[in-house]
Amino acid sequence: MTRSALINLVLFAMLPVTALIALALDEPFIITLATKAAILALAGVGLNIALGLGGLVSLGHAAFFGLGGYAMGILAHHAQTFTPLMEAPFLIEGTKSMPVIWLTAVIAGALAALLIGALSLRTSGVYFIMITLAFGQMLYYFAISWPAYGGEDGLSIYVRNGFPGLNTLDPIQFFAIAFVILAAVLFIAGRLASSPFGLALAAARQNPERVETVGLSPYRLRLLAFVISGAITALAGALFADLNRFVSPTMLSWHMSGEIMIFVILGGVGRLYGPVAGAALFILLEHILGGLSDFWHVYLGLLLLLVVLFARGGMIGALAGREVAHD
Amino acid sequence: MSTLLLIEQILNGLQFGVMLFLMAAGLTLIFGVMGLINLAHGSLYMVGAFAAAAVAGATGSFLLALIASLIAAAAAGAIIELAVIRRLYDRDHLDQVLATFALILIFSEGTRWLFGSFPLYLDIPSALAGPVTLPGGIQYPAYRLLIIVIGGVIALGLFQLIARTRIGIQIRAGESDREMIAALGVDISRLYTIVFALGAALAGLAGALVGALQSVQVGMGEPVLILAFVVIVIGGIGSIKGAFVGALLVGLTDTLGKVLLPGLFGAFMEPAAATAVGSSLASMAIYILMAAVLLFRPTGLYGSA
Repeated sequence: MTRSALINLVLFAMLPVTALIALALDEPFIITLATKAAILALAGVGLNIALGLGGLVSLGHAAFFGLGGYAMGILAHHAQTFTPLMEAPFLIEGTKSMPVIWLTAVIAGALAALLIGALSLRTSGVYFIMITLAFGQMLYYFAISWPAYGGEDGLSIYVRNGFPGLNTLDPIQFFAIAFVILAAVLFIAGRLASSPFGLALAAARQNPERVETVGLSPYRLRLLAFVISGAITALAGALFADLNRFVSPTMLSWHMSGEIMIFVILGGVGRLYGPVAGAALFILLEHILGGLSDFWHVYLGLLLLLVVLFARGGMIGALAGREVAHD
Repeated sequence: MSTLLLIEQILNGLQFGVMLFLMAAGLTLIFGVMGLINLAHGSLYMVGAFAAAAVAGATGSFLLALIASLIAAAAAGAIIELAVIRRLYDRDHLDQVLATFALILIFSEGTRWLFGSFPLYLDIPSALAGPVTLPGGIQYPAYRLLIIVIGGVIALGLFQLIARTRIGIQIRAGESDREMIAALGVDISRLYTIVFALGAALAGLAGALVGALQSVQVGMGEPVLILAFVVIVIGGIGSIKGAFVGALLVGLTDTLGKVLLPGLFGAFMEPAAATAVGSSLASMAIYILMAAVLLFRPTGLYGSA
């Protein structure tokens, strides 16, 4: 077993071990923190498919995260007020069932990513960064000015949505749901990276002309990666909103996009388990530094600056040593 | 809608547009010359506004406040260029985005630390507080008119600076071939610091001018930063002319959209629904404009491929 594989295993086991220890010590708050880390890691894994694998620096992933959140908020809102979502041309009712909400979030995220990606991927480099940022911001302002679903105040859900056979209000059971999804998505993302599609995508990042010469379209590869990435991030958004039982435009704001990117970078770009390490580190910092000072973002900023300027492989890169550093 | 009101809103749109130009000009210069995407440009806008509010509070002079905003933002710009930005020129855009995002976190929280979370207020000088009467009997606030004039003068000055002065020639040369002008003996790192400080000063001035219309608070620069990005995408990266045209387009579209769209939908919808649809569509109008420009000219109106 190589050093980085060992680190990955430790990182992967870290979250459930933390949650189980917290369960034994009867510390539900710690379990909730671990759940939050797992969900944010999921969002990071989503972004990492576009960012690490595809080389697409998207600063608009909060759009998908927030859409997932609103998919949960809107469906649950209609279910708890017993009003149908739509009556004509056919009846759509709200729902409190997690699997249905997840499916809706994934579809909504994929469709939004298809639209945003189809436009943004016509450009590259800085244009792409600015355009994804702008489209994310467009959804943010739309959510603020659209009054039907709470506008700026957001939507509150009284009771967490249900999953067949589980009590989702029990912290450890909800953690289990989030963690199993994270594990499944990590598995899929790992397979994706080594699939013909993943290899072609990585090649399109490194040398688009060459990929084009062998008859593949970098645009279509990137668009597909962007859609998968958006769908996963939206799924994370639905879970995140369920964790808080609350969704607001803040989930769509560009600070959220920046934070999701921070998870990826703190852990290490292009590494499958990077976002897991990054999100866990972020939650840990938020908890420790946030307790020390109200202005903990100053320290987060300094840490991020140091990582970007001096430790380019992120946390895993630093732990695993240079020889396996990602391209 | 009356013609007078429409003209007033067009002036508001112009005022908003020239403010966006002051932001976008710096961003586009920095990108054009150094190839750097600077998310922290909004923080320099905030620094300018806070410096102006602090000096105006201490001395009571609005002119001194404006000068302070220029100096503070240019100094902050020069410092971050020397300390951080300089290391990012050879890096990819991802590193630039992250490092400048980190700078935003540091600037925003640092300012909250120094000045607290409550907004500061910067008063419009009393001589400019009232309205002026324009030809045609239009009453328009003198201060907003002054902003349009200042913005126009700065735009002209910037065009002259780029087109006619020695530093302007160096900037243009730096845009087209960095290695060559370094080989010709131009101190390229000094040029970079100057361009960055110049862009920062423009952003700081914009922050101070707008700070008197709105409140001066932490995070005030970010919405403007994102609009400035939209401006640059529309105008084309690296083009001052594109930034000017894009800024006016965005300023007018946003202002007129907010005024006209609810009324437009009111023609065939119930008033409450029309306001909701109209205002949410108006909030998206500039992004739809951006998407439309992208469809036809992916490199912007004045951008080169």
